Amino acid sequence: MKNVRILIIGGGPAGLAAAISAYDKGERDILILEREDKLGGILNQCIHNGFGLHTFKEELTGPEYAQRFIDQVNERQIKYLLNTTVIRVEENLEVKALNEEEGLLNIKAEAIILSCGCRERPRGGVNIAGSRGSGIYSAGTAQKLVNIDGLMPGKEVVILGSGDIGLIMARRMTFEGAKVKAVVELLPYSSGLNRNIVQCLNDFDIPLMFSHTVVDIKGEDRVTSVVIAEVDDHLNPKMETAQEIKCDTLLLSVGLLPENELAKGAGVSLSRITRGAYVDDNLMTSVPGIFECGNVLHVHDLVDFVSLEAKEAGEKAVEYINESEHIKIDRIEIKAEDGVRYVVPEFILKNNDASEMTLKMRVGNVYRKTKIVVEADGEVIHSKPKQIVTPGEMETIPLKSDEVLKLRNAKEIKVYLRSV
Amino acid sequence: MKEFICINCPLGCHLVVDDSDKNNVKVTGYTCLRGKQYGIDEVLHPKRMVTSSVIVLNGKMPVVSVKTKEAIPKGLIFKSLELLKGLKIEAPVHIGDVVYQNILDTGIDFVATRNVERSK
Ligand SMILES: Cc1cc2nc3c(=O)[nH]c(=O)nc-3n(C[C@H](O)[C@H](O)[C@H](O)COP(=O)(O)OP(=O)(O)OC[C@H]3O[C@@H](n4cnc5c(N)ncnc54)[C@H](O)[C@@H]3O)c2cc1C
Ligand code: SF4
Repeated sequence: MKNVRILIIGGGPAGLAAAISAYDKGERDILILEREDKLGGILNQCIHNGFGLHTFKEELTGPEYAQRFIDQVNERQIKYLLNTTVIRVEENLEVKALNEEEGLLNIKAEAIILSCGCRERPRGGVNIAGSRGSGIYSAGTAQKLVNIDGLMPGKEVVILGSGDIGLIMARRMTFEGAKVKAVVELLPYSSGLNRNIVQCLNDFDIPLMFSHTVVDIKGEDRVTSVVIAEVDDHLNPKMETAQEIKCDTLLLSVGLLPENELAKGAGVSLSRITRGAYVDDNLMTSVPGIFECGNVLHVHDLVDFVSLEAKEAGEKAVEYINESEHIKIDRIEIKAEDGVRYVVPEFILKNNDASEMTLKMRVGNVYRKTKIVVEADGEVIHSKPKQIVTPGEMETIPLKSDEVLKLRNAKEIKVYLRSV
Repeated sequence: MKEFICINCPLGCHLVVDDSDKNNVKVTGYTCLRGKQYGIDEVLHPKRMVTSSVIVLNGKMPVVSVKTKEAIPKGLIFKSLELLKGLKIEAPVHIGDVVYQNILDTGIDFVATRNVERSK
């Protein structure tokens, strides 16, 4: 068995930033395990611009953003193993991983940072009739084919789901000479950014059909057309509105799910809403010594926030392993109510030092002229007015240290929306 | 009259722009001044960054991702992409390397956005 002080699982932007901050906090015994043949995670296939505006004050592409962090890892000579897939994490922080050359690795860590990102919702989750010929891809798979392997999945495309990956792929396939016939969205609004709707669809006159879904996929060996229909208020298709669209490719962009099989195996309690771990404000999960950050904790739309969160996780993991003994501190739940779907962290530690903290949250619907309220024992601690909040955009609530102190001494904490 | 959605914040105001007089473009529908400026820019000189990829020879990856170093006029997007078709570059390629110089006399280059090392 090999021993390391801090083991980081996943070498995407979250894992890289966590490693760098753990190093800068003084720890030298750090190891990153990554299952792909390169560091950088999902950013390697996101060749569009729009990354790092907050961090670097310039718009980078995904690979460029990743490289800035890879360079910092290399400058610090932080160790990493590629082509290494972690298959098991135990509650006592023993880890099993498979490496292409060395076979099975057994590693015992003093702290583990899970930064394994998320994966696309499987297509089984999308209930569509019809045969399953080739030509059906998740948007992320298509993105990998085009941008990493240099292959085009098809020529005439329909996209189901208007999440950012689908929108980005509509433009990308258009650039490569395909005809994108429509983006079909079940809901009456898009979970994608306005910027992507404008610059990926409107710029190329690609129709975005709200409150529509795909009801049938035609074609034996290869998709030849899809049938789409409008849906009613209960999201049931109105068959009288059905229309057929000729295409050879259907891309599914129906959302992302944190990849938490490893956490589950280690006995970490998971949130049914975020699908990530429940964490306290040190980003530690219910299992002492296991931390989470990035898309494995909750799905982020901006990588800048992933990097910030991961930096914190790296620092807190170092503080944790440097404690002479681990004293269990009581935690208070932060309840999400009235329009707020979730808040991360879900728990805040009692009587911890006063320090600044940022709550991250998402709402369940589109709300206009509202405010986000943080309340402790009935007293409003913080209130942030918003012209609009949407499910597609993560909100952040930066709290000052005196506000945080009030939360740490409270018995009940709530975060909710109030119309103004 | 032209219609746009402002992309500067999630509010996504619907802008209506009257550009019948190029010297006095009128924008309505904005909530803040960023929207007004966006409306004017979109009718007078809309620009976009273009990102795509180019074939690499003898590299560890078959393609390298590229971008326009700065935003180029929106009307030139497809013409600029034409320039990349059939282009093949030798590995190694590094971030910032010029892949195509002076796109359609704009003075702007396509540059690589990924490192691709030689395969052997
Ligand atoms: C298509 C798309 C477009 C996006 N566009 C933008 C944008 O324009 N601007 C922006 O700011 N953000 C954007 N984002 C968001 C941003 O890219 C992500 O939030 C960010 O990459 C998440 O980082 P991560 O490190 O948490 O996860 P990932 O990047 O997914 O990294 C996780 C890593 O863990 C590894 N891993 C997983 N399981 C294991 C295991 N068992 N063993 C070993 N390794 C493992 C994976 O191989 C991967 O390398 C986009 C995301 C996507 C998917
Ligand atoms: S006009 Fe102002 S408020 Fe409206 S979308 Fe643009 S930036 Fe937002």
